[in-house]
Amino acid sequence: MTDALTRLKQHPAALWVGFALIAAALAMLPFIVGMQGQTWVRVVNNALLYVMLALGLNIVVGFAGLLDLGYIAFYAVGAYSYALLASPHFGLHLPFWIILPIGFLVACVFGVLLGAPVLKLRGDYLAIVTLGFGEIIRIFINNLNEPINITNGPQGITLIDPIRIGSLSFSGTNELAGLDFTSPVKYYYLLLALVLVIIFINVRLQDSRIGRAWEAIREDEIAAQAMGINLRNMKLLAFAMGASFGGVAGGMFSAIQGFISPESFGIFESIIVLSMVVLGGMGNIPGVILGAVLLSTFPEALRYMAPLQKATFGREIIDPEAARLLIFGLAMILIMLFRPAGLLPSEVRKRELATERAP
Amino acid sequence: MTLLELAGLEVAYGGIKAVKGIDLAVEKGELVCLIGANGAGKTTTLKAICGMVPTHGGAVRYQDRDITGTPSYRLVERGLAMVPEGRGIFRQLTVAENLAMGAFVRNDREAVRHDLEVIFELFPRLAERRSQPGGTLSGGEQQMLAIGRAMMSRPKLLLLDEPSMGLAPLLVQKIFETVRKISAEGVTILLIEQNARLALEIANRAYVMETGTITLSGPAAELLADPKVREAYLGEMA
Repeated sequence: MTDALTRLKQHPAALWVGFALIAAALAMLPFIVGMQGQTWVRVVNNALLYVMLALGLNIVVGFAGLLDLGYIAFYAVGAYSYALLASPHFGLHLPFWIILPIGFLVACVFGVLLGAPVLKLRGDYLAIVTLGFGEIIRIFINNLNEPINITNGPQGITLIDPIRIGSLSFSGTNELAGLDFTSPVKYYYLLLALVLVIIFINVRLQDSRIGRAWEAIREDEIAAQAMGINLRNMKLLAFAMGASFGGVAGGMFSAIQGFISPESFGIFESIIVLSMVVLGGMGNIPGVILGAVLLSTFPEALRYMAPLQKATFGREIIDPEAARLLIFGLAMILIMLFRPAGLLPSEVRKRELATERAP
Repeated sequence: MTLLELAGLEVAYGGIKAVKGIDLAVEKGELVCLIGANGAGKTTTLKAICGMVPTHGGAVRYQDRDITGTPSYRLVERGLAMVPEGRGIFRQLTVAENLAMGAFVRNDREAVRHDLEVIFELFPRLAERRSQPGGTLSGGEQQMLAIGRAMMSRPKLLLLDEPSMGLAPLLVQKIFETVRKISAEGVTILLIEQNARLALEIANRAYVMETGTITLSGPAAELLADPKVREAYLGEMA
């Protein structure tokens, strides 16, 4: 696989053909899966949201090595920023290109807010505090309907505006060149564009001085300082960058769903996103993307167990909802047993496991 | 010209004073060693110089500027590099990556590449293992890597904390030879050591530290001949 890649890199033309093929596949994807119904386009969109989240968390966990178990809080912050500024709840209906940067910034501020008090914490202690932070945000949202109603509490916020760019609304269906651009299809392209931007930023970050500073911090904080790395700023930057990507994903989630409530931002979501990062391959961008796509679509595919059971046994033997989690857990255990560094591990992670076993 | 100067430096952990007002100076180009037993306050002194522990009195001056309390990452830019106790190797990164990390504050890529080759010449062992993870090196090799990595920032003043710690006698010899070589290249060095004999053999001047105070100081050769030093630190009967 790696050999094939190096050979490809020696032929720029082949590389471009490869890119073109991938681009064409991505461009046609919603129409191909759309033939099975719009549900599948929604599943793909959901996967793209998780890719954004996983890439954001990967900056904190994978690059800087700071275990964050409350990451979903930033998703919630982004989602509520969008919902409050574009719904009848406050009567505000700001346009999307104003809300998106606001969501980005608010999440960024919350990232620093979490980062500042935990600068000196490491490992388990950091995990505990971030876990608490995630829960605090959710509980706040759940209870901020009294004395002043800000978040509308557990009822959540409804009738959130769909995204509108100029005269193009993302809610209805448009027809262009004989193709039906349904609402999920339009969101797919917007999400894809955002994901590509985030991937680009991630790749550039990893190869930059900032990326190297994070790498040093992940390995040894004291030595990193002795190299001339500003520990505080670099850690805060990791938290802020990770958080802001989560915030953008949250805003998109709000717009696509049209309804949000605190229930969507529980601890289980944080764990799922972390599983995507770990399972795919911590610190490796393609790995993290793969992890996010697999873990978000796999449970959807398992929904088809019920009709399958009916067809073979004539009745439902195992409750599909329960079995879904069971199989999910089993798959995770198998991956951790056979590919402990993740499906597509980063170079450094591979070495880490090799050196742990070798001496 | 005095490169580094400590004036009445005091450091305390809680209520306990670890460094009780010491004066120390390192002239440009010198190799100065600070020797003393375990718990004398040597490492604390070094940490105070680097801004890694808060000071409680006195001042640290470097290049005629007060750097008391300046965080360590700022000092690297000013040419003050430290090899921490216990070496602090990036275990998962390769030898070459470790060395590159040492040049973090530098932007002159061409010169960094050149310096990397210089380090590999100084430590041929590191060149052999350039693509091996730092964690798989032996203790002596890791010490070489730590010194080489500090050299990659092109320091004016190099602070070495116990380079002999946990190494076989033959390796210690080798490390000290290299320290002398680096000193001969014009890098000013403050060496902190428990192995008094070896440190005094290569140093120009030396300070002896006991329970937080400097008890003796002077040219290294004189201290090496001093009966008190011979008895207390070199294990000889007076």
